[in-house]
This record gives sequence, C-alpha cells and structure tokens, in this order.
Amino acid sequence: MKILVAIKRVVDYNVRVRVKSDGSGVETDGVKMSINPFDEIALEEALRIREKGQADEVIAVSIGGDEVQQQLRTALAMGADRAIQVSAASVVQPLTAARVFRALVDKEEPGIFFLGKQAIDDDCNQTGQMLAALWDRPQATFASRVEIEGSKATIAREVDAGLETLEIDLPAVMTSDLRLNEPRFVKLPDIMKAKRKPLEVIAIDDLGIEDAVDLETVAWEPPPKRGGGIKVDSVPELVTELKNRGLL
Amino acid sequence: MSRILIIAEHDGQTLDPATAKTVTGARPMGADGIDVVVFAESASAVAEQVAAIEGVDRVLTIEDEGFTHPTAARLAPEIVALAGDYSHVLAPSTTFGKDLLPRAAALLGVNQVSDIMEVIDARTFKRPIYAGNAIVTVKVPEQSKVVATIRTASFAAAGDGGSATVESRAAQSEDPGHTRFVKVEGSDGEGPDLASAPRVVSGGRALGSSENFAIIFSLARSMGAAVGASRAAVDAGYVPNELQVGQTGKIIAPDLYFAIGISGAIQHLTGIKDAGTIVAINKDGEAPIFEIADIGLVGDLFEIVPELEQAIG
Repeated sequence: MKILVAIKRVVDYNVRVRVKSDGSGVETDGVKMSINPFDEIALEEALRIREKGQADEVIAVSIGGDEVQQQLRTALAMGADRAIQVSAASVVQPLTAARVFRALVDKEEPGIFFLGKQAIDDDCNQTGQMLAALWDRPQATFASRVEIEGSKATIAREVDAGLETLEIDLPAVMTSDLRLNEPRFVKLPDIMKAKRKPLEVIAIDDLGIEDAVDLETVAWEPPPKRGGGIKVDSVPELVTELKNRGLL
Repeated sequence: MSRILIIAEHDGQTLDPATAKTVTGARPMGADGIDVVVFAESASAVAEQVAAIEGVDRVLTIEDEGFTHPTAARLAPEIVALAGDYSHVLAPSTTFGKDLLPRAAALLGVNQVSDIMEVIDARTFKRPIYAGNAIVTVKVPEQSKVVATIRTASFAAAGDGGSATVESRAAQSEDPGHTRFVKVEGSDGEGPDLASAPRVVSGGRALGSSENFAIIFSLARSMGAAVGASRAAVDAGYVPNELQVGQTGKIIAPDLYFAIGISGAIQHLTGIKDAGTIVAINKDGEAPIFEIADIGLVGDLFEIVPELEQAIG
C-alpha cells in the first residue's frame, strides 16, 4: 500500500504574522517557512504506518513553485521515500488543490491520502474533505488515532462533543489533528540521505484538471486590537470587578 | 432570486445553538428567504425548535434511518440534491460543519468560504487567516454559489419567536456504506467541553508540575469552567495535548477566560483573542499577557488561586 501525504509550505508557526502596511497582503519577505504543522503530523503518522509494515511507500506531495522543494526535502529527511512537486506559478485554493491531488490518486493509486486538517496560513480546513468527495471515498477528518487492519481503518476523530470513532474502508482520505502524534526530529545524516531521494516535478497544466472559480481576496487588515485593560491589586478587588461585569 | 439553505446541527433531539448563530450570520446576506434543513432519523422535535428561530422561513425535514449518526459522505450528496434551489448553502463552523460542507462544496464545484466572521454583503465576507492574526475580505464571484461556514463565536444566537413552516422531503441518495459510525465519547467526562465552555481557566508553565496543576482544576470546578493550558504547559507534560489553547490547539471564545501563570506567547494569544473578558494572573507584571488582558493581577499564583477559589466558592 502506498500513502500519499500532502505537504504545504507555510509561514513557520513561531512567526508573528503581520499585515503589510499597505494592506496588500501579509509580510512574508525573509520570514521563516516550514511544513504546515498539521501536515508534518500527517507525515509522521504515515511513516509510523509504514514502519509497522502496513504500508510499503510514503510519498510526499506539494503544489507550488520550486521553493516547495525545500519542504519536500525536509519530508524526505523525515523518512518519506520519494516526493512529487506539482509545479504551479501561484498559490492554489482548496478546490484546485483537491483536483490536483485527485489526479495524483489516479497516477499513484494510494491506499491512504493523508493531509493536515488545515493549513495554518489560510486556515481553510477544506482540501481533505474536497479530495474525498472528488474521489468518492471515505473521509476521516481531525484524526487523533489511526489503526489500520487490512483493508479497513478505525479512526478516532476530535469532534466538539469529544471523540468520535469511525470505521472506514480503504482507500480513504485522512486528515490529522494535533493530538495524533509528535513528529520526529530530523537528524543530520537523514538530511544528507534525503538529497539522493527521488523528487519528481510535474507541471500542473499536464494534469488536465478543470479550472476552478477562485474566491477573490479584496482586502487584508490587522485584527481589531484588544485594549483598555485594568490592573487590580488583590483577589477581593478582582472578584468585585468580575461581579460588577456580571461575570460571577 | 436568492435563497439561503442552512444545515441544522443537532443530536437527534436537541438543536445545537450553533444553528441559531448561523441564522444570525445569514440574515445580513439579504436573501429572499432562509430555509433550514434537518437530517434526522426522526426530525419532528428538532424541526419544532428550528421553526421557532426568528428569521427562518421554512424548515425542510429529511428522515432516514441512516441519519442517526450521519457521516459527511452520507450527507454531502443530499445537500447537493437540494442546492439547486439556493444561492447560498451555509453551516456552522463547528467540527460538524467543517467536516461536512467542504465535501458538498467540492461536489458543487465551488470553493468554500470558511469561518465567516462578518458579512459585508451577499457575496462579500470577512474571515480570519493565520489564526486570526490577519483578517481578509473575500468575494465570491457572481457565477459561483456561496458555500460557507459561519464562525459561531462571531454571532449571537437568533432569538425565538419565529414560526416557519415545516416541509418533509425524501432522501435522494443511498448510504455509500464505506464509512461507518462506531461511537462518540465525551472528552473524559470531567467538566464542560473546552471548545464551547462559557468559562475557561487555563494554566501555564509557571504551574511547574503536573501535581501543581491540581489548583487549576480545582478553581475551574468551583466555577463550572473548562480547563485549558498553554503550549508550554502541555509540552512540559503537565496536562494532555487536548487541553492546549492556542494557534495549533483549540481556538476558543469563552465569555470569561483566566490565564494563570501564562506569559502570553503569540501562539496562545491567537487562541483566545475572541474571549469576552480575559483575566491574567502572573508574577511578572511585564508579561505580554497583560497587554491583552481586561483585568490583570500581578502576584504569586500559588497564593492567589486558592484565595480566589475560596472567594468565589
């Protein structure tokens, strides 16, 4: 069984993202870029499934310009067997990403397509579900536990009510939540080894996917600031203040 | 002619408050009508609650044995079957809506607008990106249906007083059979759910140990609050990951939030900026948490927390 893992290049989660002063976007010049943390968790899970002997090959896939090769090399250093860059001149929106991944499904015929539940840049939380729809296969989103048994998988999902368990038939789409695992650290020899692993580049136009109507972003702005806070000097003062505001 | 379809969220008996908040989000879109669809094994109890929501014109009920714990794979084709009559299809941005609606959007061939926090007009919306560190205004092109989730922390629930008509419809598709619900378990049973609790008490690295974290649990219990934690406290192993509040943990909007022994790293602040009132208790008066706190108290948390619990309890 093959596992495909989606890898998105995003601003590192430790960076304090700022809207440009002219409101034309967010500041990304000279900012540290990383693998989307949820994708990293998805990759870690795929590697663990392979290490248990339940998968033969883990393939990291990304969409974008040549800069995404940096994140694909990190994925290879973590342990992915090979990588595919679908080269695209601009950032793609979720429906296009899902159509690209759907085309890769035809090419690679994976048993699992693993994605992060959302990317921490656009926070859309759509691509996995869309891919499952276009593939007409099960989706197990927000996974916090994955158990594979033959052609089935049992997934615990983080839902608002607690933990939901689903049983699904493979092939299927899974998206990772934060609690699924803790990704491994990359060691230096693995970085050297990753340079020799195959990285295939496919032009997005060669996949023959339908053009999607994109949402248009017309403005960027910083979030409204909180302010006007007060300091109190003691617990009784704090309690009085909370009571005055009707909070206790 | 524009008409909005909202997917109701419920447990088979009780309508989730997220649905009435979604109705509030839908109203400024200025449509000619708002319909709410209830998928259930037996829909009448929920339909009655939906019909009472102010602003709802029509409730559609679709009953099927498979709708007791419906999966996204089961519901998405049903939504697509209904969508032809509508210019907008909306769901709350809960785990239910987040799981379901993109699946329907893909079948409809449109990009979804996730987490609408403000409605500018029928096709223009504000939504947060980068965990709320930036707000974008997005426009859905004219040729495209609007498929969107509503960020429930941004809208108050619509009131009662409505009297919508209820219409029964037939299911249009079969269960694909490849996705089977097994069970759902409450998150450890202790206290309210962190994601939706109106009060949350969070502890940070300054607690120093898993044992010391007991005072946070105790304070939370005394006021019926959920317990949260900073990433530092989770990484230090004081509490499990599921309690993490912040950019890569849970993003929450309680009415009252206590940040105790939390310095206020950006990952944490982005998870709480929509809270109603933020109370910060910290030894370091210069800690960044005080910049966004509504009420700050500088001091030793090990003295303050037990005193606070006693004063409240």
